[in-house]
Amino acid sequence: MTATVEPEVGKSRRRKEDARLITGRTRWTDNIALPGMLHMAILRSPAAHARIAAIDTSAAKGMSGVLAVVTGADLAEEQGSLPCAWAITPDMKNPPHPALAVDTVHYAGEAVAVVVARSSAEAQDALEAIDVDYDDLPVVLDMEAAIADDAPLVHESLGTNKNALWVFDSAEAGTGGSVDEAIAAGEVVIERKYRQQRLIPAFMEPRSVLCDPTGEQFTLWSATQIPHILRLMLALTLGVPEHKIRVIAPDVGGGFGGKLQVTPEELLVFLLARRLGKPVKYTETRSEAMATAHHGRDQIQRLTLSARRDGTITGLKVDLLADMGAYLSLVTPGIPILGAFMYNAIYKIPAYRFSCTNVFTNKVMTDAYRGAGRPEATFAIERLMDELAAELELDPMEVRERNWIRHEEFPFTTVCGLTYDSGNYEAATDKAKELFDYDGLRREQLERRERGDAVQLGVGISTFTEMCGLAPSRVLGSLSYGAGGWEHAAIRMLPSGKVEVVTGSSPHGQGHETAWSQIVADQLGVPFEDVEVLHGDTQSSHKGMDTYGSRSLTVGAIAVVKAADKVIAKARRIAAHMLECGEDDLDFAGGRFTVRGTDKGAGIGDIALAVFAAHDLPDGVEPSLDSEATFDPENFSFPHGTHLCATEVDTETGRVTIRKYVCVDDVGKVVNPLIVEGQVHGGLAQGIAQALFEEAVHDENGTLTTGTFADYLLPSAADLPSFVTDRTETPSTTNPLGVKGVGEAGTIASTPAVVNAIVDAVRHLGVDDIEMPCTPFRVWSAIHGRTADTSGGQAGGGLGSIQGGLQ
Amino acid sequence: MIPSAFDYARPSTVEEAVQALVDAGEDAKVLAGGQSLLPVLRMRLAAPTVVVDIGRVPELRGITEDADNVVIGAMTTHYDVARDHLVQDHASLIARATETVADPQIRHRGTFGGSLAHADPAGDLLAPALALGAVMVVAGPNGRREVPASEFFVDYFTTTLAADELLVAVKVPKHTGWLSHYEKFNRVAQAWSIVAVGVSLRVSGGQIADARVGLTNMASVPVRAVGVEQALIGQPAGADVLRAAAEHAAEGTSPGSDGNGDAAYRSQLAKVLTGRALSMAVGG
Ligand SMILES: Cc1cc2nc3c(=O)[nH]c(=O)nc-3n(C[C@H](O)[C@H](O)[C@H](O)COP(=O)(O)OP(=O)(O)OC[C@H]3O[C@@H](n4cnc5c(N)ncnc54)[C@H](O)[C@@H]3O)c2cc1C
Repeated sequence: MTATVEPEVGKSRRRKEDARLITGRTRWTDNIALPGMLHMAILRSPAAHARIAAIDTSAAKGMSGVLAVVTGADLAEEQGSLPCAWAITPDMKNPPHPALAVDTVHYAGEAVAVVVARSSAEAQDALEAIDVDYDDLPVVLDMEAAIADDAPLVHESLGTNKNALWVFDSAEAGTGGSVDEAIAAGEVVIERKYRQQRLIPAFMEPRSVLCDPTGEQFTLWSATQIPHILRLMLALTLGVPEHKIRVIAPDVGGGFGGKLQVTPEELLVFLLARRLGKPVKYTETRSEAMATAHHGRDQIQRLTLSARRDGTITGLKVDLLADMGAYLSLVTPGIPILGAFMYNAIYKIPAYRFSCTNVFTNKVMTDAYRGAGRPEATFAIERLMDELAAELELDPMEVRERNWIRHEEFPFTTVCGLTYDSGNYEAATDKAKELFDYDGLRREQLERRERGDAVQLGVGISTFTEMCGLAPSRVLGSLSYGAGGWEHAAIRMLPSGKVEVVTGSSPHGQGHETAWSQIVADQLGVPFEDVEVLHGDTQSSHKGMDTYGSRSLTVGAIAVVKAADKVIAKARRIAAHMLECGEDDLDFAGGRFTVRGTDKGAGIGDIALAVFAAHDLPDGVEPSLDSEATFDPENFSFPHGTHLCATEVDTETGRVTIRKYVCVDDVGKVVNPLIVEGQVHGGLAQGIAQALFEEAVHDENGTLTTGTFADYLLPSAADLPSFVTDRTETPSTTNPLGVKGVGEAGTIASTPAVVNAIVDAVRHLGVDDIEMPCTPFRVWSAIHGRTADTSGGQAGGGLGSIQGGLQ
Repeated sequence: MIPSAFDYARPSTVEEAVQALVDAGEDAKVLAGGQSLLPVLRMRLAAPTVVVDIGRVPELRGITEDADNVVIGAMTTHYDVARDHLVQDHASLIARATETVADPQIRHRGTFGGSLAHADPAGDLLAPALALGAVMVVAGPNGRREVPASEFFVDYFTTTLAADELLVAVKVPKHTGWLSHYEKFNRVAQAWSIVAVGVSLRVSGGQIADARVGLTNMASVPVRAVGVEQALIGQPAGADVLRAAAEHAAEGTSPGSDGNGDAAYRSQLAKVLTGRALSMAVGG
């Protein structure tokens, strides 16, 4: 009766957490209410750069329900400075970053005062009674202007708007040749400048934080991706002993990097709860989320590529300007550096130099946003491959093939010194081309050109890879990052045979509860339903590095596997005792130890019960199967894939319609195909949105004009094509599951595929670039040799016009 | 996102509603579907002292007809307008335009009268109402008056409605059997129009007997493309005529500039979209 148990890993299970999450009947932070809870509201600066001449809070203090009105001056002694954990260079400039501005505001939306009241309506009303006098200071918005000699300064005290200069040079590092020599000798040299527009992470659940100061520990609930890091940072920033703080990330509704942050609001709620001795909650409005939660991207890329006439690349030089915004947040300065090792992508580039100047401006901080650094790099190189192909009149796929690492060359050490463990670019590309009908679409493209059709067709390619699974702690150390990259897990075997898995990963929509259950079900041979996954509470999950950088499966789940190994090792010893045999005589499969060559056996549940009773354990064995493990990866994870996009470009209106999108991703072994599919679809939507829709726009005063979803355009299903997705499976060789990260792949790959397709459609009309997002206005202007003046400030959406019209 | 405090009135007749507005003075706001008003209140861009909710006034809801007109109650939702047979049969341009408004949730709450009273030049129902010669029925302290659409819209978000007046209904002259199409250009499916064009044509024996063309978001108010209409009337409904007529679309307009396009681009869109709307109307 040994039923062959079908492995859980590989099953397209529906996510067990979803019913709860999508109905909202769950523990979102804002759903939590405590007895006596107070509400906080924040007065934010309308000015992007101004000195605070005076703040009058007297009227607000007298209003109904108001318990406290606090300004930066009131908190100056206790609020510390918000942390930046990544000093990318020893001489990096890091201005003080108060949670509440003390004497100067540096971006529009910066917090200048808070009100705590009995209801959030009363708190909101009292904000309007606070009177602030601002003396305007010059506003610095444009990076190129900010680094000019006579530019006004964002932070007078720094004496410069430059945060840091970070350089990698393959000749200096000994990992490759000199790029200047390569360019000097290049038969073809291509120079381009691309802009990565500012993006807003736009997670679904606005941020919310609640602090209860009434217990022995402060308990802080926060809609965060990083409860563990947050606890440490609260302790370090505020000088509160770490063991007196408990942080809980209950259910969290999306993050995309936007909740990989230690926020002013978290500090303020903590400080006000402590001051008042009562629970205090703050939930941001969507407008606050848009304007003040950190933004992403915002770089200017200057690129020089040298090649031989046969298309072989000889060198690549990257010069970046990266907009930090007004302050450094948790990993702000390091985001462009995460891309530094990815510009060479899947190609054998012999000489490479990367330099990045980080720049302060009077805008909200940038920081992690899905892909963080790698989308920018992938965009640049994949756009350049198309430009090189055009210059040489070669097929863009052929140019890629000429340069990419062939499958038999793995493991391959790149010009950046990274070792790609595995990959098969040929296989993914072959499959994608077939699904796409590459040759057929090229034929149609030609026909439309010859006909002079008003609607032109373009084909865009992105053969991407990325580095994720952050990260080997030693590598992080070499980059001066402030922490390691390990992850922790624990498994608790309950007496009834059920299993609790504790993970240091902190899901916020990814489906860890399902995937971890599948993995543990296979490892321990227990039913999927018997596994509960606990996360996001520093009391139950005491150690962790949380979730970002596509690290949960490749690092966090490996810790789970290692913990399961330890459970089995402990159980084996007890099973041998129970079954009166040697440990070596036991086989473990399907949740049972059997004595080889007999029908004697014991299930893992029987052993858990025996351990609970502890009546008859071998000498010296502790009565517990519970185990924990901490896993530090040896290497990054390198998912890759080939994405092909066909766009129709209406030359009369500039409208871009995606006709077909095919992607074949290689994310190694797949635990749950449905979850992978979901990650790919969502990633594609976000990457395509960068290409076509999203852009944070500021007017000349530094006010965000795309502050609502009427102006900051997110696509819905109606705006996206039906994706054709498929996979090849080249297992990673650096972890026991053979898995690679998938959380960011779609976002990283898709943006250049779309822009390449658009440019390809209209290249014969004299266009070789269109700035993102490729709006109809910009596309039409490019085709007709005009510059699209989008600097007018007004975003053009409906609620934007409401603001203009009804003020 | 909490509005400032306000008093709330919920009248059950038009007369009570007008009285509530009179009592409140300048600081009252009518609440219809709330799809435009609530964001404004929540962002505290407006802080009325009284909100007069007309959601429970039966007279304001529903669609009827008289000999010459389809009469659309101000509180009739977009959803109800778009699927109504009288509207489809006698004012199909309005049905076509209403289908393009926002998304299903908003179409179930937003109202025909609210859209016209709100007078957002990017709103999709203004130009069709203008093109079809709609007449607004307005109730005030001194009784009712009728205002043609051509006089109703004054400027961005501004109509001739006084603070104590209520839009009760809209009379749309019957355009029975006219061919129509609304061609909307926006960047994502649920966004407002960058430019849109509504056309309604009476075609008889292959000849265009009459034509109405309205432009959305080509000025601070909806615009009738008279030049296009004149180029069509009396001509055969052939591709060349339609194309040539569309060239007149931007005449007399004064489109604004913003991130979605400058005036030149909007003018180009008006021509292209007019051409497409005309051929869709004739073809469909
Ligand atoms: C996300 C989103 C997308 C949208 N997209 C579009 C779109 O694509 N196209 C489009 O046309 N519209 C769009 N709208 C607007 C929508 O059509 C609204 O329904 C409409 O603008 C207002 O109608 P309402 O019934 O909601 O009015 P309300 O919001 O209740 O009122 C709007 C204004 O009109 C006044 N008012 C309302 N009714 C009367 C009356 N009977 N008499 C006097 N004054 C009155 C109110 O006082 C207020 O000032 C969108 C709205 C949203 C939120």
